[in-house]
This record gives sequence, C-alpha cells and structure tokens, in this order.
Amino acid sequence: MARRFLVSLGVLAALIAVSPLGIVPAAAQAPAAAAKPNGTPARAYVVPKTPDGQPDLSGFWTNSTYIPLQRPNGVTKEFYTPEEMDKLEQAAKAREDEQTVPGTQQDVHYDDGQFGLARSQGKFARNLRTGLIVDPPDGRIPPQTEEGKKRNAAIAAARKVGTPPPGFTLRDLTGGDLDSHRGIKIDTRCIMMAAVPPPLMSPGYLPNYQIIQSPGYVTILVERLHDARIIPLDGRPFPSENVRSWVGVSRGRWEGNTLVVETRNSNGRVQAAERGLMAGQPISGGSPDMTITERFTRVSPDRIDYRFTVDDPKTWTKPFTAEVPFERMDPQGPFFEHACHEGNYSISIMLNNARLAERKAAEAIKKGSN
Amino acid sequence: MRNRYARVMMATASLGLAVATVSGQGPAYRAPRTTDGKPNLNGIWQAINTAHWDIEAHSAAPGVLNEQLGAAYSIPGGHGVVEGELPYRPEALAKKTENFTNRLKLDPEIKCYLPGVPRAMYMPYPFQIMQNPKHVMMFHEFAGAVRTIYMDKADQIEAPADSWMGWSHGRWDGETLVIDTKGYLDTTWFDRAGNHHSDVLHTVERITPRSADTLLYEVTVDDPKVFTRPWKMSMPLYRRVERNPELVEYRCIEFAEDAVYGHLRKPGTK
Repeated sequence: MARRFLVSLGVLAALIAVSPLGIVPAAAQAPAAAAKPNGTPARAYVVPKTPDGQPDLSGFWTNSTYIPLQRPNGVTKEFYTPEEMDKLEQAAKAREDEQTVPGTQQDVHYDDGQFGLARSQGKFARNLRTGLIVDPPDGRIPPQTEEGKKRNAAIAAARKVGTPPPGFTLRDLTGGDLDSHRGIKIDTRCIMMAAVPPPLMSPGYLPNYQIIQSPGYVTILVERLHDARIIPLDGRPFPSENVRSWVGVSRGRWEGNTLVVETRNSNGRVQAAERGLMAGQPISGGSPDMTITERFTRVSPDRIDYRFTVDDPKTWTKPFTAEVPFERMDPQGPFFEHACHEGNYSISIMLNNARLAERKAAEAIKKGSN
Repeated sequence: MRNRYARVMMATASLGLAVATVSGQGPAYRAPRTTDGKPNLNGIWQAINTAHWDIEAHSAAPGVLNEQLGAAYSIPGGHGVVEGELPYRPEALAKKTENFTNRLKLDPEIKCYLPGVPRAMYMPYPFQIMQNPKHVMMFHEFAGAVRTIYMDKADQIEAPADSWMGWSHGRWDGETLVIDTKGYLDTTWFDRAGNHHSDVLHTVERITPRSADTLLYEVTVDDPKVFTRPWKMSMPLYRRVERNPELVEYRCIEFAEDAVYGHLRKPGTK
C-alpha cells in the first residue's frame, strides 16, 4: 500500500515537472498524497542517513526557478493556480527561445539557450508561489529603518557614475565606468556572483549546488566560482568580527532532520552593491552585520525544502523569510571547474576598447584642429 | 609444538620487520578509521617548507623591491623536495630560465590564478581534506581552489575537459590514498622559480598517514613533453592542531587586478 502511494506520488511529481500544461490524468491523482501548492510532498519522508549518521542531503541540487523574490505589484494572492503558473513558465520559455536579433549584444552574449543554460532547458522544482517571501504575509521586503535609508542614500550618492568613452553608453557599462577595472561589476570581474553567498536565491543560469557531508561538517559547493562554504557542526563560536568575508562565516546544527545554518561576519560588500555592481542580487542595501539563517530539510528523494530568514535590524524594521525549493539534478553532476577569473578576457577587452576609443577620439580632434 | 609456535612467531616477526624495512618508516602507523573503514584523512593540513619558492634545493637569495621590502620578503634557502635535479629537456630548461627571469609578469600565483597540482599542496596556506565514500575533497585557502577526487569507480570517467586543478581518480592502497590525475591545462607552475609543465602532465600522489598529526605526501610527476623521465617529490604535511582550526577566505582576485589590468587603465586614473 505504502509503495503504491510512493509510486503514484512519483508519477504525479514527474507529470507536474514534465508536462507543460500541468495536466494530471485523473488516474494518477490521489487526493491524500497531493503535493502542497509550493510543491512540498504531503507524505512524510524517511530521510536516509550518511555513514556518520547525519540526515542525507548529499548530492547535486538545483534551485532554478522563475519565481521572483517579492510578490509582484498588483498580485495579492499567495499562490497561482497550476494553469496560471503554466502560462508564466511558457511565456518565460518563449522569451528564452526567441531568436535574438543578429548583430545585437543580446545575440552575441546573452543567448543562454545556445549553451543549454536557459532555465527552461533544465529541471526545476514545481512551486506555485507568486513570490518567494513567505513572511511578512504580504510577500514584500519590510520597510527600511531610518538608519538603513540614510546609509543606502549615502552609498548611492557616493557611487561614481563615470563618463563613458566615446562610442559607449552608460547602459553598456551598467552603471560604472571603464576608467579602470574598478568601475566594472563585481560579477563581471569574477569576484562574487549572485547565488554564491547565502541566501541561496536562484541566479539566471548555473544554479547548481553540490552538498558534501563528512563527519562534523556539511559543505555546500557552488559550481559558480567553485565556491566551497564549509559549515562546521560542532557548535564552535563565530570568529572575531574582524574576520569577515564575501560569503560570511557559517555555523550549522541539526534540529531533527533540518539543517539550520546561521551566517554572520559578512564583509557587507555584496549588500552594499557598491560601485562594482553585482547583477541579479535582489536583496541589496543590507548591513555587514546581517544574520542569515537557512533551513534545509530533505522532503523526498528529489527535493530539499530550503527556507532562509534575513535578520538585519540596522536595515529593515523586521526579519523576512523566503523559501526556494531545491530539486535533485539529473544527471548527478559532475561539476566542471568554473575557472572564471582565469578565463576572463572580458575585462581586458572592455578596457582595451575604451582606451582605443579615447585615442581615436583624441586623434580626430587633433586632425580637426589642423 | 613449542618449536613450531616459536618458528611461526619468528616468521611473523621477520615479515613485520621486512614490511617495516621496505617502507623505510619503522613500524607502519595505523590511522583511525572512518565509518566505512578507510584511513581517516579528515582535517586541516599544511606544508612547512620552501617548496613554494623553489622545489629544488636552493640557497637564500634576495627578493624583489629590495629597497622597500628588504629581508622581510627575501627568499629563504631550502633543501628541496625533489629527488635530485629536475630532468628537463634542454628546450624546457631554457623555458624555465625564461620563466624565472620574467616571473613578475608570468607567475600565475601573482594573478591569483588557480595554483594547480601539486603546487596547491605545498603553498604556505592551510587546506582542508573532507572524506566520504564517494569523494575526497580538498579545499584550499588560496584562491578558494577545490580538488575533487572521485573514489567511486562509476565516477572515474576520463576528464571531460582540461582544467587548472586536473581531474582526479582516487583509490586506497592499504594505508595510502593514491590519486591519479590527468586533464591538466599547461597554465600552472610548480613553484615561484618558474618550474613548469605541459598539458600532458600526469601526476600520481600517495598520501599516507605517518602519525596522528602528520601525513607523508609523495608525488610522481610524468610529463614526457618537458622532462626526460618521471621524477618524484616528497614531504610531510602537518595537521593544524589549534582549537577550532578553520580556513579563512582568501579571495585574492581583487589583490591581483592591478597586476593583471593595471596597464589598461585610463592615464591619470588610479
């Protein structure tokens, strides 16, 4: 009996994941086993254990999703119907499949589909949420404190918008300048990228995570930037506040079958979205003293339910919590070495072209004045 | 009866002695086991030697920017970790000399590039070994370099692409972890002295616990494009035994960008 339940649940999940129309044949529907609207299976799952006795989270997982962090303006409900979600996913897929106009920047660089990196080309966990935030109930980031508003206004004012070289527009530079590498975005420089530091919200592509467990540790290896977040479970204290990093420092503990990870000691630069702006970071403006608490629970062979809470009293009037389900990747890896900085020709090309354009403009002026 | 017992005991003892003599280490150390019965290499480890400067024996020497940095950043001497001299082909030796002469421009370490293998293992920074039945992972502080050693035969495929840290297959040989690595790019060096390799580099590493807090690390390097024969290096690795040892993020790209892109900045710009 139990086995048939699990089989039909698997079929149900497979049909929802694969079918573009979300149609579930009546024969496979078992009302008692229907997944929750966010996709969490209703039936309790007995989590296998690792050799050293931890609930098993290991393997390759993806948190790819089309759902935005905040509930969109004009949307008041918490969940879409399956039909509405299908339409949204189809529209997104259609945008990704669109033939880009030849000769445009979009065509040359941003056609992720050419490389199999478009979201619609991969797996993602079924979720009918209108936005990832589950608390506050309105699905929006809480208002900023006075201190937060002041700090972020000062950061915005200090952000230098440089003069673009001849032939370039500010849009090309996405807010920075090309006087030196310092005006270029942090992710373009391969220093840090969305979806690498906690909280783990899905980036536009390469949303791939490997969870590795060993005695006393859980390690989250992000394929992007080959970033390894090593999380000790032995209850050791956080380091001095003088030891800070881009991804912060994490401490973990098991609460039953849920891994609870607390992260502090951020260097604050990702949140400040400073002059080297980082694309795709929807939680910006936070202070270096924010605490992020993540909760990982394996709820089926193919799914980890993941929730994170951002607590930053210096910036927001209250904490907020969001959930982003992780789906088991198929195939299970392997990961490729993301030697981003090593292969980064874009910085040299952009700077070189800027210097060339300046020299050409200077020559034109000289010729004109002769 | 007693004679036969004595003979058996003698035979066993001499066998043990023979084993100890062959390994050259005295009685072999038996490390504590992981839950799947393998020698436990989990922990944070670090080399203590000057191999990161020069893997061959070398005298102390001046460093660079002597007026500013003086003795603090000069080069300490070392007895070397290589057995004998590196057996370079003549043209490869010329390239090594060229590398050394132009090391400020060419050393990938200056650019915060991934250090490759075996250099990552003896850079003067800690690295953490994490071991489970499917993978032995090595997480290095410098540049956040990661090594994945595939232990499961099902995962031991040919390198799908070349990489800076190589593609590693691991197996156990008694007390020793044997790591066979290919699929290297030719872009890394062995040290700051310009010792180099090609893209056919093939390394076989042997990691053997020699006491509770030390490992014996041996590497056989095989690169017929660069060297006339395979050669070997070896050194101890030491466990970081302070309370709650932990790697500190060493994301060095920002520290290297002026070296890499500085020549392309707008004149008059910092």
